[in-house]
Amino acid sequence: MGRPTSKPIFIYSEAVLNYFFHDEHPFNQKRIALTKQLLECCGFLIPDQVRAPRMATDEELLLVHDREYIEAVKKASQVSGQSSPGQEHPEFHPFGLGTEDTPLFPDMHRQAVLAVGGTLLGAELIAQGRTKRVLNLAGGLHHAQRGKASGFCIYNDCAVAIEYVRRQYDMKVLYIDTDAHHGDGVQWIFYHDPHVFTFSIHETGRYLYPGTGHVNEKGIGEGYGYCLNLPVDAFTQDASWLDCFERGLEAVLQFFKPDIIISQHGCDAHFYDPLTHLAGSMSIYVRMPELIKQAAETYTGGKWLAVGGGGYDIYRVVPRAWGLLWMVMNDVPVKQGPLPESWLSAVRAHVNGPVPALWLDEEEVLPVIPRQKEIEEKNRLMLKQALSYLRQQVGPH
Amino acid sequence: MQIEEVMKRKVITVSPSTTIREARRLCQEHRIRHLPVVEGETLVGIISDRDLRDALPSVIHKEVEVDDIYQHPVSSVMKKDVITIHPLDFIEEAALTLYTAKIGCLPVVSQGKLVGIVTESDILHSLVELMGVDRPSSYLKIEVDDTTGRLADVAQIIKECHVNISNVYVYPSKKKGKKNLSFRVETIDPRPIIERIEQHGFRVIWPEKLDVKHNAQEKTQQRMKAKEQNNDGSANL
Ligand SMILES: [Zn+2]
Repeated sequence: MGRPTSKPIFIYSEAVLNYFFHDEHPFNQKRIALTKQLLECCGFLIPDQVRAPRMATDEELLLVHDREYIEAVKKASQVSGQSSPGQEHPEFHPFGLGTEDTPLFPDMHRQAVLAVGGTLLGAELIAQGRTKRVLNLAGGLHHAQRGKASGFCIYNDCAVAIEYVRRQYDMKVLYIDTDAHHGDGVQWIFYHDPHVFTFSIHETGRYLYPGTGHVNEKGIGEGYGYCLNLPVDAFTQDASWLDCFERGLEAVLQFFKPDIIISQHGCDAHFYDPLTHLAGSMSIYVRMPELIKQAAETYTGGKWLAVGGGGYDIYRVVPRAWGLLWMVMNDVPVKQGPLPESWLSAVRAHVNGPVPALWLDEEEVLPVIPRQKEIEEKNRLMLKQALSYLRQQVGPH
Repeated sequence: MQIEEVMKRKVITVSPSTTIREARRLCQEHRIRHLPVVEGETLVGIISDRDLRDALPSVIHKEVEVDDIYQHPVSSVMKKDVITIHPLDFIEEAALTLYTAKIGCLPVVSQGKLVGIVTESDILHSLVELMGVDRPSSYLKIEVDDTTGRLADVAQIIKECHVNISNVYVYPSKKKGKKNLSFRVETIDPRPIIERIEQHGFRVIWPEKLDVKHNAQEKTQQRMKAKEQNNDGSANL
């Protein structure tokens, strides 16, 4: 196994916490600060691994976004500074702004641009060979479309970074999306492109937002076959989720052979997450990064850019999941043991009810799903259908 | 939605005398699976990539024979009884025809002329649009009394939550006196809507509230059961 040329980089500055809609909004970047505190408590994050994000330029945003949309976000940033609470702004609705999901907030353009800049900085550091692994937890805003905000996401940092390494370094990019929601924004932006493979595992869109991510969505024209969707059933648990993910990833790697992996680590497939209906535990947030790391070591010379994403239980789930991701990136053996007491006591003040005290979820708290066998069977059939095209291309082994 | 809103107007066609070789090339070049056969503007037949494949002998035959067959005109293999559809027909009818006749596409004919074509995937795509799935949205299913005004009640609640509705349909419930309303709402977080709908006394069927127990509860229950049985046992003694 190749050793990274230098330690993994953790992109962070307090400014990323200003991507903030309002107090009652489910998307809250405080979870990044909580993750960082947890890692520092454990001594897993040392100051010289932390780099502040830069701003993305308009030219960089234009790699995937429409000029008209960028102008609208800029205008919305100004308007929100002057508007009174409760004031509606229907003129921004066609851009997905000023809605319940993406309400206006002061300086929203700059805050959204910072998330993109962080992911771009990560892509640069890796492409220039300065390090092999970078984590930007403020990124992963995978729902944003070319000309429209969607699902809490304003600019699509993943897509901008993908297009950036395509143009600057001509790399073949594998995008892996482990968020419980379909990575629709990234998928549609690269739907025609055979140099970018988008792979998303998620809860079926029959019920869950955004509604897409069906197995039949495989790309179009030149890009046909360069898109894989694994929509698992609601209430799927660890074993079935991981079985789908591992086999899916294996098939994609054999077919595509990427030069770099960009992975999105939304952690809303956990059974505590309030927005989705999956039943995963913390174990999937160890195993998936491990598999992605292994893939990078085998196929991309280790080049792996990881970003954040969804995750709406910001105390009980996100810090542990993202902390574990960082441990895997740093080759720190994953601890089975307890979380530091000083960190826990700070968190307990914000939560009604018990807070998990261990890194991994204890057997006793795992949900018992009545139709588990049926769900697993449905997922197996889905996987077979989803992989049939890739398997034909690669041929039997 | 009518066929003229979804049909492709630029149709790749061949004439009866076009060779099988040329027809195969056209299918591959344009990535299409069906070629209408026309004389002037009049539709006289249709061939699919499958018809073209079936026309060729299996691989064990000599190349000469294959070459010979490639020279044949498509009129020798085309289907002459073509099921067609009219631009003003509804896409539901097209869907039904494609399904019952087990075919993959329908040439659109108006006043004796071929004016367009719709394929299975065009129809599927329009159904997806009709169901509102082409716009990022969450799904809600609500059971209400089958009486006047219930759809308006629920729509009003969604309006009060400031969320756009991209699709709605109403369908009968299996329960007597009830009907189901299904909505696609343009938000990633439908919890405030669900809460209000329930406050108004309507039943939300999806998102499903699964009776999820946790291992701890389950184990405690098992232990209690075992204890009860033991107690029963001891009482009998
Ligand atoms: Zn998500």
